This record gives sequence, C-alpha cells and structure tokens, in this order.
Amino acid sequence: MSGSNDPGSTCSETTLTVNGKPHTLLVDHRRVLLDVLREDLELWGARKGCDHGQCGACTVLVDGRRVNSCLLLAVALDGSEVRTVEGLAGDGEDLHPLQQAFLDRDAFQCGYCTPGQLCSALGMLDEAAAGHPSRVTTDVPAGRPVPLDRDEIRERLSGNLCRCGAYPRIVDAVEDVIP
Amino acid sequence: MKTFDYVRAASPEEAAELFAARPGARYLGGGTNLVDLMKLGVEQPDALVDVSRLPLDEVEELPDGSLRVGATVRNSDLAAHPAVRERYPVLSQALLAGASGQLRNAATTGGNLLQRTRCPYFQDISKPCNKRAPGSGCGAREGVHRDHAVLGHSPHCIATHPSDMAVALAALDARVELYGTEGARSVPVADFVRLPGEHPERDTEIAPGELVTGVLLPAAGAGLPSAYRKARDRASYAFALASVAVVLRVTDGVVDQAGIAFGALAHRPWRARRAEQALLGAAPTQAAFEHAVDLELSAAEPLRDNAYKVPLARSLAVDVLTRLARAAGA
Amino acid sequence: MDATAPSTPGVPVERRENGESALGAPVERREGRQKVTGTARYAAEQPRPGRAHAWPVPASVARGRVTGIDTAAALALPGVLAVLSHENAPRLSEPDDAMLAVLRDSRVPHRGWFVALVVGETLEAARAGAAAVRVDYAVEDHDVTLTRDHPAAYAPEEANGGYPGTREHGDPEGAFASAPVRVDVGYSVPPLHNHPMEPHATTAEWQDGRLTVHTSTQGATTVRAVLAGLFGVPEDHVTVHAEHVGGGFGSKGTPRPDVVLAAMAARHTGRPVTLALPRRFLPAVVGHRAPTLHRLRLGARPDGRLVSLIHEVTTHTSRVKEFVEQAAVPTRVMYAAPDSRTAHRVTPLDVPTPSWMRAPGEAPGMYALESAMDELAGELGMDPVELRIVNEPDTEPDSGKPFSSRHLVECLREGARRFGWDRRDPRPGSRAEGPLLVGSGVAAAMYPVMAQPSTAAVRALSDGNFLVRINATDIGTGARTVLAQIAADRLAVPVDRVRIEVGSTDLPAASLAGGSSGTASWGWAVHEACARLAERLAGGPVPAEGLEVRADTAGQADADSPYARHAFGAHFAEVAVDTVTGETRVRRLLGVYAAGRILNSRTARSQFVGGMTMGLGMALTEGSTMDAAFGDFTESDLASYHVPAHADVPDIEAHWIDEDDPHLNPMGSKGIGEIGIVGTAAAIGNAVFHATGTRVRELPLTPDRVLGGIGRGAAPRGF
Repeated sequence: MSGSNDPGSTCSETTLTVNGKPHTLLVDHRRVLLDVLREDLELWGARKGCDHGQCGACTVLVDGRRVNSCLLLAVALDGSEVRTVEGLAGDGEDLHPLQQAFLDRDAFQCGYCTPGQLCSALGMLDEAAAGHPSRVTTDVPAGRPVPLDRDEIRERLSGNLCRCGAYPRIVDAVEDVIP
Repeated sequence: MKTFDYVRAASPEEAAELFAARPGARYLGGGTNLVDLMKLGVEQPDALVDVSRLPLDEVEELPDGSLRVGATVRNSDLAAHPAVRERYPVLSQALLAGASGQLRNAATTGGNLLQRTRCPYFQDISKPCNKRAPGSGCGAREGVHRDHAVLGHSPHCIATHPSDMAVALAALDARVELYGTEGARSVPVADFVRLPGEHPERDTEIAPGELVTGVLLPAAGAGLPSAYRKARDRASYAFALASVAVVLRVTDGVVDQAGIAFGALAHRPWRARRAEQALLGAAPTQAAFEHAVDLELSAAEPLRDNAYKVPLARSLAVDVLTRLARAAGA
Repeated sequence: MDATAPSTPGVPVERRENGESALGAPVERREGRQKVTGTARYAAEQPRPGRAHAWPVPASVARGRVTGIDTAAALALPGVLAVLSHENAPRLSEPDDAMLAVLRDSRVPHRGWFVALVVGETLEAARAGAAAVRVDYAVEDHDVTLTRDHPAAYAPEEANGGYPGTREHGDPEGAFASAPVRVDVGYSVPPLHNHPMEPHATTAEWQDGRLTVHTSTQGATTVRAVLAGLFGVPEDHVTVHAEHVGGGFGSKGTPRPDVVLAAMAARHTGRPVTLALPRRFLPAVVGHRAPTLHRLRLGARPDGRLVSLIHEVTTHTSRVKEFVEQAAVPTRVMYAAPDSRTAHRVTPLDVPTPSWMRAPGEAPGMYALESAMDELAGELGMDPVELRIVNEPDTEPDSGKPFSSRHLVECLREGARRFGWDRRDPRPGSRAEGPLLVGSGVAAAMYPVMAQPSTAAVRALSDGNFLVRINATDIGTGARTVLAQIAADRLAVPVDRVRIEVGSTDLPAASLAGGSSGTASWGWAVHEACARLAERLAGGPVPAEGLEVRADTAGQADADSPYARHAFGAHFAEVAVDTVTGETRVRRLLGVYAAGRILNSRTARSQFVGGMTMGLGMALTEGSTMDAAFGDFTESDLASYHVPAHADVPDIEAHWIDEDDPHLNPMGSKGIGEIGIVGTAAAIGNAVFHATGTRVRELPLTPDRVLGGIGRGAAPRGF
C-alpha cells in the first residue's frame, strides 16, 4: 500500500519527472495532472479545453504514452515520467521536427489545440511503429509496424479537436515527419 | 469535487481490505470515467483505492485455449495484443471503435466494463435521474432521448451502456472475474451488466467492495469469424447510435455457432439469443439473417424519438452477418 | 462592371505574386513559434502572487427568482474565499448588453444563468465551493419551444446587423402563385454552439483603483469601455490584454459574463482572480446560433429565371434581449427576382440568449436558399450551376445599388472546372459503389464587406525598422502577420523590418475581430499611418529619437458607399452515404472565392478551409437540442455536441479568383473569415440528395435522418 497513511488525509507527496526534471509536490488528491502542470509548475502548454477528456487539448505523454492529462489524478501518477510540449524541442533553438512541420504547413490558427495535437501525434507515431492497429487498419499482421496513410493519421488523431479546422494541414505536417 | 482519501493497493487482497476499511470508497482504475464523474459531482467518493497498478496487467493464454485478460490491461494494449487480433478480432475492433487513442491508453479493461451511462440526465446533478438519485424520476423518458434504449428499458430508466468493448465480450461469451472479501467468482458479461428494472442505480451484478480482476475469453469463440460494426454521428470519437458484435461459425452449409450482441440499444450489451437460436441449423442466407434479427428486434419498444435505432440495428446486424458468412465461404 | 472585372480571372493570386510585394505573399505566422512550443499565453495562463480562482453557480431552473442563497456550507470549506451573489456582489452600473447584468438581481431569465460565483484559493476549492452553494428558487412556468406558429412571435423592426426585419418588392405571393415552376419548401437549422477550443476566460486584478484584465475576447477595446462603464472608472484606469485568443467564432465578439464576474470577484476579494468558464456552462451564457425555421417559395419560368422569391425565417430570442438571426438577409443579395419578400419573425422564449456565430444570418440563410435553389434546379431539370448563372442580377436586388465587384459566376465556373462537375450524372441516386451511394452538390456563398474605424500608430525607428502598434486581436487569423505585410507594402520595406504589437488596450484603439472585418479595419488604419509616415520621412533620414505617426479612419472606414459590397464564392462537395448505416462522409470539398485581394495566401487558405470545416460540421454533425422540460441545451459538452473530428474532414481545397475592387479599402481586400462556412452546408446537403434521391430538410444530416430516407423518395416538404 502507498498513498496517505492517515485515513482522511486529502493531500499526498507526489513525485513526477516532467521533461526530465523531477518535482516533488504535496498535491491535493483532487488535482489532475493538467492542473499540476499549469498551476503548480507553470507549464501552460497543455491546454484546458474541456476538462473532461472530450477535446484532447490537454494531451501529454506519460511514461511515453499519450493521455488526457485532465482525467489523471496526479497523486496516482507518483513516479511517472511526463513529457509536455515544452519538452519536445531540445535545449537549443531547434524545434522538434514535428513542431517545425506545423510551422511550415500552417497547421494551426488560434493555437490552443496545438500542443495537444503535437503530443498526440508523437505518441501516435510510436504506437503505429509498435504495431498498434487503429479502426481503419487492414491487412497488417499483428506486431508489425502499421504504415500511416492519411486515413490512418486522421483516425488516430481524432481525439484532438480543432475548431479552427486546421485538420488537413495537421495531417500534412504529420506526414512530413513520417520516416 | 469534495476532498477524499487516497490509497494505492498492491494486490487484490489488499485492495479489498483497504476498500472495506473506508466507507464511501471507490476503486480507481484508469480514471477516464470516474474522474470525469467526480468533476461533475455524480460520483462523490470519500476515498479512492487505486487499483491501476495491481499486477493484473497481463494477457495470459491458458492451456485450454482460452485467454485471460487482466483487469488493468489498458484498452489500447488489449486491442493491439496479437492473440486478441488473431483469435478475437471482434474484440480488437470494438475497442478501436471506442473513444480516442488517448483514452484507450488510459482506460482499463475493468474500468471499461464498469463505466457508466452517458445519459445527459444522469450526468447533470441538477436534474432528476433514478440511476443517480433513486426515486427522483427519469428526465430522459419524456425528454431528449434520441440516444437511449429501445430494448429492456424500464419505467425507471432508459439509459444505455456506453461500452463498445463489452458488446464484443458479450458476443464472445466472455466471463468477468471478480474478487471480494467473500472470495472470487466469475459471471458471464452478458449477465454481469444488468437491466434497469426497479433498480437502475445498480449497473452491474458487482457486490459492494468487489473488484474486477479480469475477463476470461473462452476458447469456443477463438479463431472464428467475428466482427464489430458501429454507427455514430461523427466518424470517430463518438458513442454508438447502435452497434453490433457478431461471432459466427458455419459448418457444412449451416450455422452451428452464433454469438450476436447489440450495443447502444439497452442498459446492457444486448445478447440476441432469440436471433442466435433462429440461426442455429439454418443456411446462412440474407433471408435467414433478416428473419433472425427481426425476431430479436420485435421485442423493441422504441421511445418517441429513437425509433430509428431499430432499423439501424437491423441493418448493421444483417450486414455484419452477411459479410461474415461470405468470409466463411458460405 | 468593366471597371471592376478581375485582372486575370481564374488565376490564383499566389502565382502572380512572388516576393515582389509583401501583400499576398504566404508569410509565416509571426506568433507561430510561440504556439508550437506552448509558450503562447492565453487569458487564464497569467499567474500572479495570491491569484485566486472562481467558479460560477448556474441556475437550475428555467425561469423564476432566487429566493435564498445559503453559502454557509461553501464558506466552511477549506480554501473557499468568498461567495458572490446578487445579495453581496459589487454594485455595477446597468450594462447596455443585458447578458452582462450578472449578480444584479434575483431574476433567473433562463437555466444556466449565473446566480452566484465562488472564489477559492485553488480551482479545486472554487469548484467544491460552487457545488456546496444551496440556491432556492421561486419557480415560474417556462416556455422554451420554438414553433412555426407561436402566438408570441412578432415581426422585428430589425434583424442582427441593423437590417430591416422585412423587405418586400412587388407582389411576391401573386407572382409565386402564377409561376409556371414552383418550389415551396421548409428547412430547419438547429441551435449551434461556437465552442472555440479555449473556453471564455479572464484573469482580473485591481491595483490602486485600476483594473487590469487578460481576457479571451475578439475585441479588447470594447471590453475596456464596457468594464469602465460598469465599474464606474475612467477608461484609462482599465487595461485589457488579449495577446493570444483561442478562437471565438463570434462568441467572444463582445464581453461575456466571465470578464465582468472576474473583475467583480477581484474587487470583492482584493485578489487577482481567474475565471475560466467550464465547457459545459458555455452554451447557456456566451451565445449560440439561434435555431431557424425557413420557408422558401421560389417561382420560376421554364428557362429558370426567378419571378418570385420568398424567404421567411422564424427564430427565437431570449427574455434577456432581442437578437434576431438575420437569416433571410442574404436572399436580398443573391438572385434577380422582380417580386420578392424576405422576412423574419422572432419569439421570445425562456432560453439562453442567442448571439453571433460565424456568419450569423448568412450561414443558415444561405443553407436554406441554396438548398431550395437545388430543388428548383431539380424541378426545372436544369443544371444547378446554370440555374444560378441565369439568375445573376445586374444590381443588388434589394437595394438596386451596383456591386463594387461580383464574381460569383466566375467562382461557379472555376469551381465546376476544378471539381469536374461536367462529369456528373445529374440523376439522383445514380452512382453506387457497393453499399455506398455517392453524390455531389454545389452551392453559392456570399458574405458582406464590412469595416469599422480604427486607429494605428507607426514609428520609424532609428535602426531602420518600423514598429506598428494597434489594438487588433489575433484570434487565429494571423492578424499580426497580415498587418505587418500591409505596413511593409505601404512603406516599401521588407516585411521583416516591420515589428508589430497587437492585443492590448495600451495600444491605439481598434475594432473587433468580427464580421470578417478585422483585417480591412485594422489594415486600413495601418495603411493610413504608414502612408503618412512615408510622406513625413520623404526618403530622408529617421531622427535619432524615431518618428511616430498615427492615423484614425473614422469617417473613412465607416463612410457610406454607393456600392453593394460583398464577397462571393462557390462550394462543391462530394459525399458518400452508407446505405447500411445512413452515415454520410464528405469525400471532397472545394471552394472558390472572389474576396478582393488576398493579402496572405497561406493564412487565407487556412481561414477558408477552417470555415468550410465548420460548415461540414453544420451539415453533418453539429446540432443542439433545447430540452422542453428543463430549458437547457442537452448537448452541453464536447462529447455530445459533435464538432467535426479529424476523421470527418477530408482534404479540402480552397482557391480564389484574383479580384481587383477599388471600392473597398486601400488594400482592396474583402473579409475571408466567414464566407467559407456559408455555402458549405447546402453543398453537402445537395450532394446527399444527389447521392440518395431523398431530400432531408433538417440539419444535421445524421444517420437516423439519412437512413430513414434512403429508398423512400421525396421527404415531406419540411414544414
């Protein structure tokens, strides 16, 4: 057992490694990862679009997998590695190739969904490489990498809404970075 | 959301004990539905017993050819598992038809089964709902109910079960494995999720403090032609208007095994046993499929605004049955 | 028309312009790097020492009065700082916009109206506090149901935009009755929600009697004026920042309750306060596109020429204020018909207040008109492109004014060519691919040209660069970028020598990003300022301290024009309807626009495509239901209100005609932010009819409606 030893306590010490940097915080059990990132760590890149897992703007990578950070209680993630949009580029001036592709393709307008789209796309690329199928995958043997055509990209990114309608450009940008 | 205690369990036994010691506790899996409902005030636990890291995250092939899926296996991993894709394609397809990549990465097998209806009246604590607040009434029955049940509903509740996965499990004759302070037991998925009747507040047959530890996929359905199809308002990332899961075996020109379950038509995955019975021993023709499905759906009692679900479900089922029969070389 | 003919019809602008001028070039968004690295800060992302968070309490009855508010349980919770209600909230002046009359009195005009606001140390505390507030009501009977013949319906003097509620020419009823070919049909468009990805949010702070807010708005200048009026402070004591705005689509066009409540809470608590509205609360308090019920009567001669055109719209408004979706107004612009009538009727109901949503009036109105035109083409056995062309007017039908430019015909022909329209078999239901029925459709689009006065300052810096300052708002259109291009063009310098500041009332006042008027309005002021600066510099050296020039376009940008000024466009869609499920998917979507000079081909294309995507949603997935018993919108979240997802949206083509119109503004531009949505829903609906042979006259075209019609032939006429 771990967590609070004292029944009735409402906060627990929680350690998260965010973009390579460990943080130990006393978190309110009610606090979701999204609000830890934003309110405690002032990493605002993960956006709050719906707070209910219905838009994808809060998407980050936890232990390498894309997830909706608005639905994950931070206390339950003790010991996890979190990667946000702020951690995509290296320390230098260079952007991650996908970030550069979003710029090159004008794959956003208002920009609010963009960090979620980026994190989701990166997680999705790893999933496809690891052989995870999607609803539109056909004729790919189990365990083999799934080639990503535009329909595959669209289906796999459908958990990230964009009200400005940048979808075709986002698909262009993702195609640009597929090896 | 009110404050709550939080503890993480290391084993099912410990989870049950921690739960028993904490009145008003809930188990926390992937949290994709529970945290959502806590934010809405629908769920107001006093404590969360975190079971997401229990050592139940394996998909295990048993000697008798069946497959045991641990309760904490994430939906995306289950959908991608080679044994599932090869032997139970209907399950992989159903999982991939649900939610989004992000949600499937977090949602667990146990949590998916236990997720609660998306009925808008259930989700809005300012409105009556017999499921959320027994005796308060049903806002949906005379309200907005285009998405609601056409089969098996009661005067008290017309909600549907939102899971895609559970529909495939029902068609596969899967069993839910449960553990509680009283010990372990297993229940067929199709019976595990209840009809509302007089007690819509009880979604399933789970007992207080009981924990889903896994799902058993029987060998009988393994490797058979099977498929899942779902109709929805948006091409992806939307709940079903209606869906169907079918497992079909055709031997010597006649159907000798059929598992058919409908989603989004009822308070539980609707196992179409009358249709299955009608098909056993029949030639797999379109006419036979239509007859069988009509027999099943003749029990439907549509509401004012959801009668479309009956022809939609019929069309889906006949289509999937026909395609599977064709694939089986019938 | 000769003077306004396009210089090279059909030639995309970007082919002509290649670095010669900054205008038109596909310049990359200036704030792009901030957006892809997550460092762009939106309104809620403004940490301050001691910042508190607020959470509203919505009314849970559809009509009545608050009779009691019990805050004890909320205040007893750890971290709850205050509960504001009409009993204790700061007294403000009466707002001009009654939607902002929050926490003023006990009246509940509709469900979801905010009756209290909880302020907490944290988001969690504020949310828990809001859940703990107990509100008692005296409930009154309510009516939220819009019908075609509601006894309370009336004909409004004006519809939104200041247009006359009713216009009539000749004897439309008589002309219709005697027309050889007639179409008499009804369409219905449900309530729709803007749902920008960033929910409405404000961070407010008072210091020494001065108010500073960061808010998500389409126009900070108005926010400042409204806040100053409400709180009784001089405008120069209020600063409003809107550096980055996560979309608005009309719902942030004027201040919404969040900014008033945040400022109230900050004053009440003495703390900086952030209020980010929960997504589920938006449909009730930020405006929605009102539902519209349309009746279209089109009478034509056998050659397709219209003899009568009648478009009647029934809609709702709230008890809070009158807002009339001007859905019959576009019909006054489109086609020549000697006898015509365009009229609105509105019923005040106990519903949330409707407001602007992308192309208010045009989007639902052109859906109905362009669907009816398609039905008329079917009645006539005429190609729907040709039907529109034979009804092309010489002057604006309603006003009689000449068009400053009108290239609808060119858009239709260019679109038809690109789309391959001539290969289309016109017979409905003629193309099956296995279980799919495939069809294509066309519709025209139109959006008026608007501009408002704005002010701008341009400074020549001693380092050879220029600084443009204007309180424009970049809601995702790329305002920074295009304004820099306009300045660079006028100053005849490379665009990278122009720096720009927007998004704050510290800058010269400017109009809102709305009505597709932002670039025209702001660009006009920037252009004027740059022209004057160039004159002052006259090629000479820049003084060491720099040189600043200002411009104000009052009297210019708002001057009456002798011309009818509109952008036009044509939309073509191909759909596949699954006969098993009734699911409709768009395969191809193509738009061709005549929208003046396109100032940035890159960001313009994104706006056109974005508008078409929202039109796709209007056609197929988006719809909201007013719950008759409870008085709220049932589809209040993003799981149930279906904004199109990636998988719904195919590759979309946007093209434009190179249009040279000297009667607009110094840049020769028309607005482009809204026209993309205008004809899209009709084009898709017409394609669904072509695919299936069944006309569904109620949006959205969801599987239940489409499947029910497949193979059934003509549907009831829709009213």
